[in-house]
Amino acid sequence: MKYLLTALLLSLSATPLLACETVQLGSLEISEAWSRASIGMARPGAFYVTIRNTGATDDALAGIATPVSGKPMLHETVVKDGVASMPHAPAIPVPADSTVQLEPGGYHGMLMGLTQVLKEGETFPVTLTFREAGDVTVPVAIRGMGAKDAGCVDKKD
Amino acid sequence: MRLKVLQKMLWAAVALAIPAYGALHLLDERAETPVAEVSFRPTFSLLDAEGRVRMPSDFAGKHLLVFFGFTNCPDVCPTTLAEVAQVMEGLGDDAGKVQPLFISIDPTRDRGLELAEYTAAFHPSILGLAGDEAQTRAAAGSFRIFYEREDSSGAPDGYTMAHSASLYLIGPDGNWLRQFSYGTPASEIMNDLKQRL
Repeated sequence: MKYLLTALLLSLSATPLLACETVQLGSLEISEAWSRASIGMARPGAFYVTIRNTGATDDALAGIATPVSGKPMLHETVVKDGVASMPHAPAIPVPADSTVQLEPGGYHGMLMGLTQVLKEGETFPVTLTFREAGDVTVPVAIRGMGAKDAGCVDKKD
Repeated sequence: MRLKVLQKMLWAAVALAIPAYGALHLLDERAETPVAEVSFRPTFSLLDAEGRVRMPSDFAGKHLLVFFGFTNCPDVCPTTLAEVAQVMEGLGDDAGKVQPLFISIDPTRDRGLELAEYTAAFHPSILGLAGDEAQTRAAAGSFRIFYEREDSSGAPDGYTMAHSASLYLIGPDGNWLRQFSYGTPASEIMNDLKQRL
């Protein structure tokens, strides 16, 4: 039932292939960059992405930049004793030989001061700055407000 | 006479100690109340987007699926409302027996932010409620949930809200049934509800 529903949700929303493609930066592989559609521009958006470090050197995501947000920042959702808070994350560690996901309920980019409405089905660029590997710009798929992941077909759940 | 003064001082100390103890106890309550206790009846009196006062009695006979959040919340709140939407879709014909509520714990800001449009974007059945500060405090206290404003230079308007992030299920008789902790899959919530409907 769960899979059927997921399949249904996926088929209902056109998924741009771009977000499911992997962008390479040295030994970093960046994929599944997505965001939720926004209602207007008054509330912050969120940015999610998967970063795989295949190398032997630890790295860290130090910041993000995008033309759709006047003030993009990295945050981490922390749920402690059932209470959710959202401290600012100065940097997100990407250790050697590991995969880090910015995903709902964990690390995420908060896109404050939206400069445009995020419309489902469209994409926007985000530039990720890594301490070691430097900068890379990836396309971000805007999914529906009810989306919970990038909607890539190869995703296990 | 001296003893009387001392007695008065001692009584005064007791009078001060009781609320102080209560306050300490309240601070402890940041952790959510364990669910497996005597049932209670949470209540609220809050405004919907059209300015009407809504109370539990308005929904008598329905299960209430209640989430406390705020619309400037970019991660936890949309994620949970997306789960609620999936639950409502999955319930099919039984969906009419469940009323999902989104209660704003940042009501002043949310009232200016098209709360109804926000909740409807997830699912048309979700009703957004935003009272004044006192009504909101009262509702949260009644549900025994926690929320707190946190100043943050890295947040819109310089603040964010920490808040209990579970979904709360209230029975058709108004009694508290259970909570679903943050991240409970929609399928699990749906299966629980289907057994009750």
